[in-house]
Amino acid sequence: MSSGNEGFDKGREIFTEEANELLAELETSLLELEETPTDTELIGRVFRAMHTIKGSGAMFGFDDIAHFTHEVETAFDMVRTGKMLVTKELMDLTLRARDQIRAMLDGTSVDEAISNEIITALRALMVINVLSDEQEGQQEQPGGQEAVARVEHTATDNESVTYRIRFRPHKELFLTGSNPLLMFAELRELGNCVVIAQTDAIPPLSELDPESCHTSWDVVLTTTADQNTIKDVFIFVQDICDLTIEVIEADSDMLEQERHLKLGEILLSRGDVSLSELQQVLGTQRRVGEILVDSGIVGEDQVQSALVEQQHIKEVRQQRAKQESMASIRVPSDKLDGLVDLVGELVTVQARLTQTSATFGDAVLSIIAEEVERITWELRDRTMGIRMMPIGGTFSKFKRLVRDLSAELGKDIVMTTDGAETELDKTVIEKLNDPLVHVIRNSIDHGIESPEARLKAGKPKHGTVHLTAGHSGANVVIQIKDDGAGLDTEAILNKAIKSGIITPETELSEKDIFSLIFEPGFSTAKNITSVSGRGVGMDVVKKNIIALRGTVDIKSKKGVGTTISLKLPLTLAIIDGLLVKISDDFYVIPLSVVHECVELTRNDVENSHGRHISYVRGAIVPYIRLREYFAINTPVPEVEQIVITEVEEQRVGFVVDYVIGEHQTVIKTLGRLYKTIEGVSGATILGDGTVALIVDAPKLVSAVRLEGIEAVS
Amino acid sequence: MGKTIMTVDDSASIRQMVSFTLKGAGYTVVEAVDGKDALAKLDKTQVHMVITDLNMPNLDGIGLIRAVRAKPAFKFIPIVMLTTESQDTRKQEGKSAGATGWIVKPFKPEQLLAVIKKVLG
Repeated sequence: MSSGNEGFDKGREIFTEEANELLAELETSLLELEETPTDTELIGRVFRAMHTIKGSGAMFGFDDIAHFTHEVETAFDMVRTGKMLVTKELMDLTLRARDQIRAMLDGTSVDEAISNEIITALRALMVINVLSDEQEGQQEQPGGQEAVARVEHTATDNESVTYRIRFRPHKELFLTGSNPLLMFAELRELGNCVVIAQTDAIPPLSELDPESCHTSWDVVLTTTADQNTIKDVFIFVQDICDLTIEVIEADSDMLEQERHLKLGEILLSRGDVSLSELQQVLGTQRRVGEILVDSGIVGEDQVQSALVEQQHIKEVRQQRAKQESMASIRVPSDKLDGLVDLVGELVTVQARLTQTSATFGDAVLSIIAEEVERITWELRDRTMGIRMMPIGGTFSKFKRLVRDLSAELGKDIVMTTDGAETELDKTVIEKLNDPLVHVIRNSIDHGIESPEARLKAGKPKHGTVHLTAGHSGANVVIQIKDDGAGLDTEAILNKAIKSGIITPETELSEKDIFSLIFEPGFSTAKNITSVSGRGVGMDVVKKNIIALRGTVDIKSKKGVGTTISLKLPLTLAIIDGLLVKISDDFYVIPLSVVHECVELTRNDVENSHGRHISYVRGAIVPYIRLREYFAINTPVPEVEQIVITEVEEQRVGFVVDYVIGEHQTVIKTLGRLYKTIEGVSGATILGDGTVALIVDAPKLVSAVRLEGIEAVS
Repeated sequence: MGKTIMTVDDSASIRQMVSFTLKGAGYTVVEAVDGKDALAKLDKTQVHMVITDLNMPNLDGIGLIRAVRAKPAFKFIPIVMLTTESQDTRKQEGKSAGATGWIVKPFKPEQLLAVIKKVLG
């Protein structure tokens, strides 16, 4: 770690300087002390000087000084605590010691013999003066033994062991600024871990002292770490809690007992219940947990905790069994695609069955239809699940990319990731690779500054690119966040004007300016590097993401960093849609963009004087009449419906005749002839066989804008 | 991160070392030369954690910990004391004064950061 060494060298320098000052001060203090041998203030000063020289010396590698000074410090600690008096002899020795330290500090040749002589003399002084010294010797003994015991304990090998940790903090836990949540976070880093809070000791609200800790915790942890590592997690609170750590399951146990512990057995081994109590209540046929709670032998929390433990061990064992048997089967992806297609058909047929059974009104039939519906939905989810892959594989590829690129550009960049386990459709992941590469390259090349520039700006030398993935409703959001220079709005504007994307008069919000970087032919990099800057980056990113029915969002603060968020649908084949009707035609609006539905009466239309605007709870929402857009010329119903959606962070309404309801939409792509139609992303077949078009809300909005119907006032 | 940590030590070299390590890890650092200085600075700055030496002139570490805990705003913040192996009784005193944890000198930068992660998150 080069940065550490830098600090270390500087520290050494400062230490030498500081030690010299302290030694000078020490000399004066000692001479004064000789005059007034009982001045506690002076004694304290001498002790502190020695203490600092020792502590800081050891820190910066002056081990000889630290070692030597320790003896003098010990002597003065005794003086300080009244166990020894300031004598002429002590003063002489200390002054000589001072000179010796000085010599060591200067690095001149030091006579070891003198050091040893001083130390021996000091020790002799201490022995004469102190009787209670024996205590110290005794104290050291158990410490040594403990160390040995520890070594023996850590000798267990790498197999994972499940521990039961019972953490019962005393009431005053919080008064030391301790935070149990952080300890659990630390435990979670050690392995698979379940934390169960025991809340039965919490008093009623009227008696509750919010500054006291009334909760205790049971933790079940499966880890390869040994018991001492776990103890270390609680090291700071060991005096203010009761902590027990027991092994409840180890790998080797597996062979002997191929079964899960019963709840009663777990409670029994925890000492929460005795065997006779258990047998007594087992006479009845109810669940052990309920009986125990009812008879007041154990609290509900304890049973809950034991149940969780049982579940945890079950899972651990299952996982182990899984690892032992074959972990996965490889299947060609076209077989999977075939399955997905079939499930799609099934969903369509099931919709038809549900619809038909509804018209028959036959109770038996509708029960069957509901059953089929339930199974179909589960089948759909599972099938989609098979195609899902964690995005982690892609993430780890980028680690290499970041490493190589930052080396090439002479930048110091660390990439951190979060949510690598987030699953996405395989096709989506594959198509996501290129856009992500572009975005990360951009962050490294344009975003993160050179180490010198960063230090100058008061930031840590190494830049960070943070990659996160997570679920957000029916979408997955992937964020690429850097702590670099942020986007330079002025540079972007100038560049955009120069390349003719906008005219100088155009007034743009910050957000609009940011979105300019997604325009084709745009690049602000001062020099074209091999990494990025050929102006074929971000527009391709946006195109690719939109092709996946996703959106790109950019947030940036100058000098702080840039965050680019990619929002993607979970899967490409089936979506949740809102089925609507205009005249005799059906349309589906993806439910992921729908916010709400409101009515639009004739009155409303007249009141807005021909503008396509509605008022929803005081807010102005522009709308698009799908009837006009799709050129449907049948009579308009008295009351229409507006489906309010959010498109590119703006609320836009779509006016339809009727809203029918939620609909499982299997997406069928349109034929080649219809590929160019704007505002429609595909079609689906409804239960009765009719075709419904799927409205592509973002495209439709931008198409309407281009045509100059200008929905936005 | 963006959290602020106060390092209290009468030794400039220790302050330097702590400060350098923390800044490298992205924390903001406030330095104080003794307990009295620390208390004065605490009132003026938003501090999320205190790392203090025990032996200092004017107001020592134990006194500082007590005084910090007496302030409502800092009653629950993590306070870590720097001790040496020979100071077991001092450590006990510190604990009962309300210290969250301790680091034994000499320590390495990584150890310091590990303890901070432990008590500050």
